[in-house]
Amino acid sequence: MTLCGQPVLLLLLSVLITALSFATPITLGALSGVICERAGVVNIAIEGMMLSGAFGGYWAAVTFHSLLPAVLTAVLVGGLMALLHGWLSITYKVDQIISGTVINILGFGITGYLFGQWYAHNAPDSPGTLPTIPVPGGGSLQFLAVVAVILVFVLYAVLQGTVWGLRVRAVGENPHAADTVGVNVRRVRYSAVLVGGLLAGLGGAAYVPGYIPAFTPGMTNGYGFIALAAMIFGKWNPIGAWAAALFFGLTLSIQNNLQSCGVVQGPVPVGIVGMLPYIATLLVLAGFVGRSTPPAADGVPF
Amino acid sequence: MAETTTAPAPAPQAHIPVTTEQAAGSLVARLARDLLVPLLAIFTSLLIGAGLIALTTGSPGTALEAYGGLLTGAVGSPQALANTLIRSTPYIFAGLAVALAFKCGLFNIGAEGQVAFGGLFAAYVGYAVPLPGLFHPLLALTAGVLGGFLWGAVPGFLKARTGAHEVITTIMMNYLALQFVGLMLAGPMKKPGSISARTPDLLPTARLPMLAANLGLHSGVLLAVGVAVAVWWFLYRTTWGFEIRTTGANPAAARYAGMPTVRNVILAMALSGALAGLAGAVEVVGVALNVSRLNPGGDRYFGLGFSSGYGFDSIAIALLGRSNPFGVVAAALLFGALRAGASTMQFNTHPEVPGEIISVIQGLILLFVAADAIIRRLYRVPATAAGSAALTTGWGDKL
Repeated sequence: MTLCGQPVLLLLLSVLITALSFATPITLGALSGVICERAGVVNIAIEGMMLSGAFGGYWAAVTFHSLLPAVLTAVLVGGLMALLHGWLSITYKVDQIISGTVINILGFGITGYLFGQWYAHNAPDSPGTLPTIPVPGGGSLQFLAVVAVILVFVLYAVLQGTVWGLRVRAVGENPHAADTVGVNVRRVRYSAVLVGGLLAGLGGAAYVPGYIPAFTPGMTNGYGFIALAAMIFGKWNPIGAWAAALFFGLTLSIQNNLQSCGVVQGPVPVGIVGMLPYIATLLVLAGFVGRSTPPAADGVPF
Repeated sequence: MAETTTAPAPAPQAHIPVTTEQAAGSLVARLARDLLVPLLAIFTSLLIGAGLIALTTGSPGTALEAYGGLLTGAVGSPQALANTLIRSTPYIFAGLAVALAFKCGLFNIGAEGQVAFGGLFAAYVGYAVPLPGLFHPLLALTAGVLGGFLWGAVPGFLKARTGAHEVITTIMMNYLALQFVGLMLAGPMKKPGSISARTPDLLPTARLPMLAANLGLHSGVLLAVGVAVAVWWFLYRTTWGFEIRTTGANPAAARYAGMPTVRNVILAMALSGALAGLAGAVEVVGVALNVSRLNPGGDRYFGLGFSSGYGFDSIAIALLGRSNPFGVVAAALLFGALRAGASTMQFNTHPEVPGEIISVIQGLILLFVAADAIIRRLYRVPATAAGSAALTTGWGDKL
């Protein structure tokens, strides 16, 4: 049996591999949201952190002509944006959603400005993208997709099995109780937000230099918000968030594959497939697919 | 129950005669106090923006050139002033939309989708429904209001009935709106024979009356100021407005006082969407596109990417205006001026200063207005007794 001129099994494999690649920045962004929000700091700034990370990755790639510093820089830039989020929302107790909006606007503005100023008129050669892992059947998997899957389980183990993880969960559920037993709430929240920023920065590295050789302004294109939705969909749990990210990756991949081989034709069916992830999220939020309850002190300054 | 909550007993102080000088003095003092921090925030943001330009170009002169261009492009000529007003008009509506939702304790991040829906609805009436004279733009605007109202009511309903947080539902609704607009513009509403995703040209009868046709200035700005007054009147002089504000300030108290909090939340989100929809509608029937010597009146139509950027800009405007309708008008004028001046700034500078510097400045303004403690510490401004209240309460707030 063939579909799109390919054996069905091979097509299925290709759809799944593409789904994993699409899911990589969503997974990393969702993990960023999970760790921040389990500590009680709302993170709608994933988009801005990822975009900044991608720009940092591009800057380091063309400056050092090497990919490892590019990944590291992307991660660090994500962390820097997170420190700004922490400084505003933890130290100055700015409304966390407003602080996140500031990060998103600044992330878009600063990366777009610097890109326009430094690279728009004389685009330098990029040293390419990270190595991919070949998959039987002709596809290939981006390297950071594997890293992201490992990090899902690492973060789960850290949250559930370490002292720091316990403290993160404590300051996210009941900061006053944690404070009473001697936990430094602000310090734990800062550390969680920082880790979240590093993860979002790695999500940016999944764009540049992970999958795409060059930066374009606004290239994360709202995926940070899809990551946020995956976090909620996954009920603030790393593994749940990963499953949600895979679901989103799958809908995007199906949309992509079906469109490119012409199974789904015409703008209307393609648009309808494109609406699926968002409708699914709305249904989850509305409680039709089980209730999603945030950490008790999420968004409450201390 | 309703009477006791809607009409607070007049305070005894109200009977003490107040001289006009005292009233004027207190008004000026209050205005100065309220404006001091936002003005310092704007000043500081412009300063940092200049620093960024100087640092990245290596010449402080470029920063001066850029700001000179910005000023010329925003207010330097009648055409520049008209451009500022044209750019500010949708900002006023969209800023009012976010501000009205804030007053009910709701964070409407979905202005972008609501603007798109309003624009799409208005465009349809504009090109497909032939109507005489003034009725045509009026019906197109009404359709835009209706589109935004319905699109905004959905997250309001989800919030009120299921507790689904409006931040995330409005973000999802934004993507749904963009997908929907995309498929409409690629299929059923596409201009026949056009290569770009856009609707047919609006009928000439659908155009908004012009204030200055040679400058492209349409009457939408008057409507915007009128709507700002109406929103103020609604919020502060009507029962529904009072109930919406009470629900925003303290939902538990509002419910205890017998107010229909569920209705208030749905109404506030729907009205917020309606205002954003009006932004899109006015833009469609007002703004002349493809103006040239052969086509001095320009065309009106709705094209892809129409609403991009309104989501975050409108939030920043509402916050800068402190959710006060008149503050929103002032903030929208500032943002409109920045956007209008951006192209002259780019034209005036060599090498060109990228237009994204405007987003940097806007982000910084929002940062310093939200974290006013930074500004107060920097300029040693004492804190006011009122302080800044939290606008939202995370994901978990229940009605």
